[in-house]
Amino acid sequence: MEPVLEVRHLTVQFHTPSGTVQAVRDVSFSLHKGEVLAIVGESGCGKSVLCRSILKLLPDTARLPSGTILVNGVDITGYGEREMTKLRGKLFSMVFQDPMTALDPTMTIGAQIAEAVRVHQPRMGRDALRQRVLELMTLVGIERPAERMGLYPHNFSGGMRQRSVLAMALAGDPAILFADEPTTALDVTIQAQILDLLRQIQRQLGTATVFVTHDLGAVARVADRVAVMYAGKIVEIGTAEEVFYDPRHPYTWGLLQSLPVLSRGRETLPTIPGMPPDLLHPPKGDTFACRNPYALAIDYEEEPPLFPITETHFAATWLLDPRTPQVTPPVGGGLHG
Amino acid sequence: MAEEILLDVRHLTHVFPLGRHGSVKAVDDLSFQIRRGEIFGLVGESGSGKSTVARCVMSLYRPTAGEIWFQGVNLCDRAACRAHRTMLQRERQLIFQDSTSSLNQRLKVWDIIAEPMRIHGIRPPRGTYRAEAEFQMHYVGLDAGYLDKYPPELSGGQRQRVAIARALSMEPELLVADEPIASLDVSIQAQIVNLFRHLQREHGFSILFIAHDLAMVEFLCDRVGVLYHGRMVESAPTSALFQRPLHPYTQALLSAIPIPDPRLERSRTLQTFSPDLASLDGVLVKEEPDHFVLREGGRP
Repeated sequence: MEPVLEVRHLTVQFHTPSGTVQAVRDVSFSLHKGEVLAIVGESGCGKSVLCRSILKLLPDTARLPSGTILVNGVDITGYGEREMTKLRGKLFSMVFQDPMTALDPTMTIGAQIAEAVRVHQPRMGRDALRQRVLELMTLVGIERPAERMGLYPHNFSGGMRQRSVLAMALAGDPAILFADEPTTALDVTIQAQILDLLRQIQRQLGTATVFVTHDLGAVARVADRVAVMYAGKIVEIGTAEEVFYDPRHPYTWGLLQSLPVLSRGRETLPTIPGMPPDLLHPPKGDTFACRNPYALAIDYEEEPPLFPITETHFAATWLLDPRTPQVTPPVGGGLHG
Repeated sequence: MAEEILLDVRHLTHVFPLGRHGSVKAVDDLSFQIRRGEIFGLVGESGSGKSTVARCVMSLYRPTAGEIWFQGVNLCDRAACRAHRTMLQRERQLIFQDSTSSLNQRLKVWDIIAEPMRIHGIRPPRGTYRAEAEFQMHYVGLDAGYLDKYPPELSGGQRQRVAIARALSMEPELLVADEPIASLDVSIQAQIVNLFRHLQREHGFSILFIAHDLAMVEFLCDRVGVLYHGRMVESAPTSALFQRPLHPYTQALLSAIPIPDPRLERSRTLQTFSPDLASLDGVLVKEEPDHFVLREGGRP
């Protein structure tokens, strides 16, 4: 099947007075119709930049020195602002982390969703428009939409605001939805509800979803595939089962181990030592080497390629090279059978 | 170990007036106790009144009704507060959620950490304020290289450590941490939680830990209180609460903890809680030692 979105060898750089920041380095992935891909990583690993670079929402200081972005087989890498405006909302749309800044506090929720609909269908009549807004609000699980259309964002709770933003993002029936930490600002219970909603919408409408988060625990519920990003690179990518049950990269091990659910009864939580590297001057070799308890001598010399484990599962670590000694992973494997 | 009670909150009620439209009862008849050397977790969704409790305990809000006893002083009694002002200000310290706004961006890290000592006119036991700041930073796991940095130069986790170091510089009896990890990455959250645990185990700090992330609370806290709409619906030792949650709201909260296991997680249905399931007019009933649940009319 042809992927809806294919990113090949994408590199994003920011030119700053103190030098060039390598925010995204040689990232390739593909996204199929109706699939949820979770991109997981610490803050500053380039996961948001990656999304924004596909939508071309980056500031002027950003450059894409290499890479191609194919949407439905069409290369959109060189598209300008005018062409992108036609695509945004219809082909892909985005839900941001903070729903309060994404909404206009002086407009009613109904008017804001209607505005998003009208951008795509300017000729829609008043009654049809109202109907469509009600339909979208019902879709995202806002109960009693007719009453709530006239309310303002400040009347809504955080979860309801995020649902409204989602309704606006879905107004143009996008083929791809980018959700950039949509649940980080929300409570645990609401987070679980929004995750279920994302999953349900993806099933109902067949929207492919890119779900960006720092919480590996949250993605088990929604993601079909998981990509783990570190210092601008995808270090491990695979189906959710592969990444959770059979993780191969030491960074994925670290992320999984720092989840308190997996460390019940322990005295301290295992943490990943050190700090993410400075992307102004990335270190030689594997950028994770200095934080990696399993680092080999070659990690400080040469960056590991993405080793294939199965057809869908890849990891960038020298531990997978046949010449290196076998290491028993501290998590996964036998843990869940 | 003697079960000495450090903080005793009795029937605390806090009402925010809303102009002519009435008022909001943020905290309603809340009682709990923190023993010396204990980490007490307060959990609940946003708007449940967790932060209001923290602010009442820190005397940032004046409670509408009820009593808060700390080291033999009733914090709701103005005269007593005035009489013990210095003690109260030193012995209680607050750590905020957002370290960006709680640290002065124009001060260097060591100035921030030393500021409470300057305010209280404490002569630094290690000679200079700078040496004292260095000691506190070492305590929270930051090296001396950060002494001359400004807060915006630090990462979120490092800033939160500076905020903790500042609170510790007073060597307080009680640390009140209002969602200290909510805005951090999961891997950094683990580091900060380990730090809190270290502070309690090795140095005997008592901590009121406010959070909405139950997984971290389970790992860190000795006892947990669950707040819902300003009422305590359940309070128990952590293991009892997580193994036998009795109130439907607690059960719904626990079911929302994500499990990092795709097959298990997808087959699970989430429990939801609607206020009709259980009345909030009941009283706390003792179910087993130290385990209290809100029951209607006092009966199960």
